[in-house]
Amino acid sequence: MRGPGFLEQLEEALPGAVVGRNLEAIDPWVEVASERIDDVCRWLATSSPVRFDSLQCITAVDWCEPDPKKAAKVSWQPHLEMVYHLWSTPTRVSLVVKTNLPRWKADVPGQPPEIPSVCGVWRGANWHEREVYDLSGVWFTGHPDLRRILCPEDWEGFPLRKDYEMPLDYHGIRGK
Amino acid sequence: MASMVDDDPRIIEFDVRTDEMLVNMGPQHPSTHGVLRLVLRTDGEVVSEVEPHIGYLHRCAEKIGENLTHRQFIPYTDRMDYLAAMNMNLGWALVVEKLMKYQVSEKARHLRVLITELNRIGSHLVGMGAYGLDLGTFSPFLYAFREREKILDLFEEACGARLTYSYITVGGLTADLPPGWLQRCEAFLGQFEPIIKEYHALLTTNAIFVKRTANIGVMSPDLAIEYGCSGPVLRGSGVDQDMRRDGEAIYTAMYEGYAFEVAVMKDGQYPRDREYPAVPADAVLGDCWHRFFVRMLEVVQSMDLVRQAMDRYSACNGPLGEPLKLTEKMPAGDAYLETECPKGQMGFYIVSDGSAIPWRARARSSSFSNLAVAHELCRGCLIADVPAIVGSLDIVMGEIDR
Repeated sequence: MRGPGFLEQLEEALPGAVVGRNLEAIDPWVEVASERIDDVCRWLATSSPVRFDSLQCITAVDWCEPDPKKAAKVSWQPHLEMVYHLWSTPTRVSLVVKTNLPRWKADVPGQPPEIPSVCGVWRGANWHEREVYDLSGVWFTGHPDLRRILCPEDWEGFPLRKDYEMPLDYHGIRGK
Repeated sequence: MASMVDDDPRIIEFDVRTDEMLVNMGPQHPSTHGVLRLVLRTDGEVVSEVEPHIGYLHRCAEKIGENLTHRQFIPYTDRMDYLAAMNMNLGWALVVEKLMKYQVSEKARHLRVLITELNRIGSHLVGMGAYGLDLGTFSPFLYAFREREKILDLFEEACGARLTYSYITVGGLTADLPPGWLQRCEAFLGQFEPIIKEYHALLTTNAIFVKRTANIGVMSPDLAIEYGCSGPVLRGSGVDQDMRRDGEAIYTAMYEGYAFEVAVMKDGQYPRDREYPAVPADAVLGDCWHRFFVRMLEVVQSMDLVRQAMDRYSACNGPLGEPLKLTEKMPAGDAYLETECPKGQMGFYIVSDGSAIPWRARARSSSFSNLAVAHELCRGCLIADVPAIVGSLDIVMGEIDR
């Protein structure tokens, strides 16, 4: 992240991939186009002057306000934000990459939006992506084995979505 | 060549054609460190694939975090790594403080170092004792728990709890140490120090232990980094990284002025600040033995840090400071911070919309990443080596499943 010219090199290598940035934030971040996240990550891990050889965390943040009264007051449109925390072991530098997704694919509730998997860049991404799929409902295309990891395999819905409703019954176990 | 074939049991196994079999291990298996289920694909005695199944201890911690204020979430972090709850409390407290740009008092800073390093000793003791259990020796477990008990007594005096402390909280600590605590802590350290030699005799240099761990589950530094492994698992592979030294300013500032050397093998040498047993000839950097040994070195390192923190803490004259109010509002924004917990780098990510309740509370668990690498390490090993490898990762399920 530090050092001038880093972002320019990224833009030069992958024109149009970077769509936003905030270098004044507590953790400065770069926003990239969601369909190019795998290219960006591959460049960051292999070709960048600072090699981000480790993926620390993938988070999905659901920006959605289920309460209509409060929803009228918020300044953002409902969307899903993916946050990738990267770390460079040799230089001890961290980087935050963000990307935005629609909440549902083609606006059909229940249909997870799609984003390219970064398993091919860091093998450690496998479980992190499974967890994000399980809890936040994001479909990682190109993931070798995308299925639920923490919840039971037949669980329905994605619990970390803001409009998620707890099932009232699961195999005869009462939910409330 | 012929002698090699005779020595390697795997080659004999491959010679005798056996059927492939799926063996289920866990979730209630004593050597899986909690409710971890492993499905082993075996061919005779050789494991060709290990698939961990997790989630048996999933308690929706992240969802709960979205419904409580930042300080109310502290007790839930206790239940993540319940063997090092102080370190978990610290991770969450620091990330909220990072977002709020809040700085705790000098006294609170030293007390935090003191208490988390003491918890690190406790956690590594369990790791060591339980690892002995995994490998079929019961006595180290009793020795380890005897000493850990005294640490828990000290914690109980300080905060009233023995396992889920909620002692370190956003903006400081819930209470100051009771009178006479430092003397009792010093007495414990004085009595504990010579005992470490016994541990080395019981396990580190024990011929059977070395046979079971040396050159087993060797992990290359590149593999460890790619999987995001951290803590003793990463340092056991010879990667010189410790968040207490390399992390973000808000965390490393806590350790400013403290003298410690990261426990990692550099140029074929571990730090030589004390007398340690020599590395056995069979051990290869990155194997189970090295991961275990790094933990043992860290016990001594933490003891030094506790002593340094006690000196600094008692030299502080200022007040400890009050923790933040439960409903103190956070600025809108997000912050991520990783701290060096006994099991590895525990990361907390907080997103705030400007209220006192986090919009998103994310916990990146070190054991989660450390366990994800297990299937790579277990490929081609013997069934009996699976507990040795999984045990050497020193995972805790509460933190993986959250």
